[in-house]
Amino acid sequence: MATNAVPSPSSARRPIAWGTPFTYALALAVAAVSIVPVVYVIVGGFRTTPQIIADPAGLPDPWVWDNYQRVLTQSDFWRQAFNSAVIALGTTAGVVVLGVCAAFVLARYTFRGREALYTFFTLGLLFPAGAAILPLYLMLRDLSLINSYYAVILPQVAFQLPLTIVILRPFLSAVPRELEDAAAIDGAGRLGFLWRIMLPLSRPALVTVGVLAFVASWNAFLLPLLVLGDVDLHTLPLGVQNFSSQYTSDTAGILAFTSLAMLPALLFFTLAEKQIVGGLQGAVKG
Amino acid sequence: MTSTLNPAGGASAPPAGLPPARRSSIRAAQTRRKWYEIIGLTTPAVIVYVMFVLVPMGFAVYYSLFRWRGVGPPTEYVGFDNYVLAFQDPIFLDALRNNAIIVVGSLIVQGPIALAVALLLNRRFRGRAVFRLLVFVPYVLAEVTVGIMWKLLLTGGGTVDALLKEIGLGGLVQAWLADLDVVIWTMLFVLTWKYVGFAIILLLAGLSNVPHELTEAAAIDGASWWQTQRHVTLPLLGPTIRIWMFLSMIGSLQVFDVIWVTSAPAVRSLGASATMATYMVDNGFFARLWGYGNAVAVILFVISFIAAVLFQRFLLRRDVEGAITGRTN
Repeated sequence: MATNAVPSPSSARRPIAWGTPFTYALALAVAAVSIVPVVYVIVGGFRTTPQIIADPAGLPDPWVWDNYQRVLTQSDFWRQAFNSAVIALGTTAGVVVLGVCAAFVLARYTFRGREALYTFFTLGLLFPAGAAILPLYLMLRDLSLINSYYAVILPQVAFQLPLTIVILRPFLSAVPRELEDAAAIDGAGRLGFLWRIMLPLSRPALVTVGVLAFVASWNAFLLPLLVLGDVDLHTLPLGVQNFSSQYTSDTAGILAFTSLAMLPALLFFTLAEKQIVGGLQGAVKG
Repeated sequence: MTSTLNPAGGASAPPAGLPPARRSSIRAAQTRRKWYEIIGLTTPAVIVYVMFVLVPMGFAVYYSLFRWRGVGPPTEYVGFDNYVLAFQDPIFLDALRNNAIIVVGSLIVQGPIALAVALLLNRRFRGRAVFRLLVFVPYVLAEVTVGIMWKLLLTGGGTVDALLKEIGLGGLVQAWLADLDVVIWTMLFVLTWKYVGFAIILLLAGLSNVPHELTEAAAIDGASWWQTQRHVTLPLLGPTIRIWMFLSMIGSLQVFDVIWVTSAPAVRSLGASATMATYMVDNGFFARLWGYGNAVAVILFVISFIAAVLFQRFLLRRDVEGAITGRTN
């Protein structure tokens, strides 16, 4: 076991060894706890409600496509998916653009008040965003932004900025000074340096903060619940919640709707998992 | 990029061989340009951040001093009455107790589990990547999805009950979501299932920063795998563990979504599953007691802030430089 746990420097080139049966048994148990309830929901969508009531823990017999078909054709699923997508993309774009600009200044400029500005942003990490939700609602109402995409996008960008800056700053700081000097000798100003050298080099960190912002927005519930009273603007989490409380007896339908609503975030995260763990390494540097 | 037109901009030193006066005027122009860039690049972020994070909290303090139904400007000044009312309401005190259970419960349950799983998934073995992905799944799911899922699974005579009976543990069956004494522990279970993946992600990121040379050296000195983890890896993981504890604590204090969706409004309104955040939204937004709701918001904020400052003061202090903020040049 010891040799397994402590790879020699050449181990990166060696094919990765199989673990012990004990390792796999443990890993399988952990994975099962995480994934079985989710699989149950997805598979349950292929059953009928009477089937589920008769035998809650059983498998579909026969498999029915009707629930998924119903959600995809009859309900408001697509409109809600569209709203979720617009809001999540808007949030992601806003967070990445504002976050990169601020983090770049905090990482590459030397000026009085720099650390104060950084502390000012990191205060947001201590700040329970949920606590300010009521006055935020009142403010958005006074600005006549209630029932618009902006009412969700703008506050979400603000909530996400502190984490984004904390993750991006060390990445941008780590780019060697020599590159900046070389760029300057080649006639690029600092902004040219940001655009042509920093952004391409820090793409992994940008993907990390982008995915975190996207998933946070896609899953958000409290803010949309308060500021999107208009049913036509509802996002998927609101839709799922409404569907489940409106059709309480349609268990199979709820399972199908819930499954479809969680797919995009799952896919997105699966594609970007390595990037996220890699990006967090910069932030938790020990 | 306008700056590319100006070779003297940015970090380059003024060209040598110029008279000193000319040189200093170039330096002044560079300084001015630097400040334009600093202000231009940070202002949008500062404005959005101040406007949507800080300003609302200021308003909360103001509104909390009024009895106000949210129509027209607040006029009925009541001083600190709303705060007194909150601490006299047994439901709010229940919410406080529930938050305490969730904060402490999350730390002592998730911490050891996450550490064990992270150490396991940090070993190199075939298929590790797949296991890592599966373990993160609950964390990626929306809170609403998780809430509805567990609500269906835990409902009376539902899947969990059926499974327990099938494996001969039918005696354990409870009214998971309806028994007023049980429901908060059910909530803690659902929250643990949902958020332990986040702890694992953070710890894995921390583990990958532990230099191979150290664990290797320990192995050469004859340390077993366990000894290596205990005496080399764990101490180096300290900062990451403390950061996770901090984030978990702040998250637990403002938990809303899972509770709101999973437990029935009646159960919540009796205090059995209420948290400060659900109490605030129930009373402020839905019952339209805006002044009172804002007072609860301020209480929630102050409690979180005190907890955060104490944590920073006693546990995070050493980490702040190198760990959460990264090194800066």
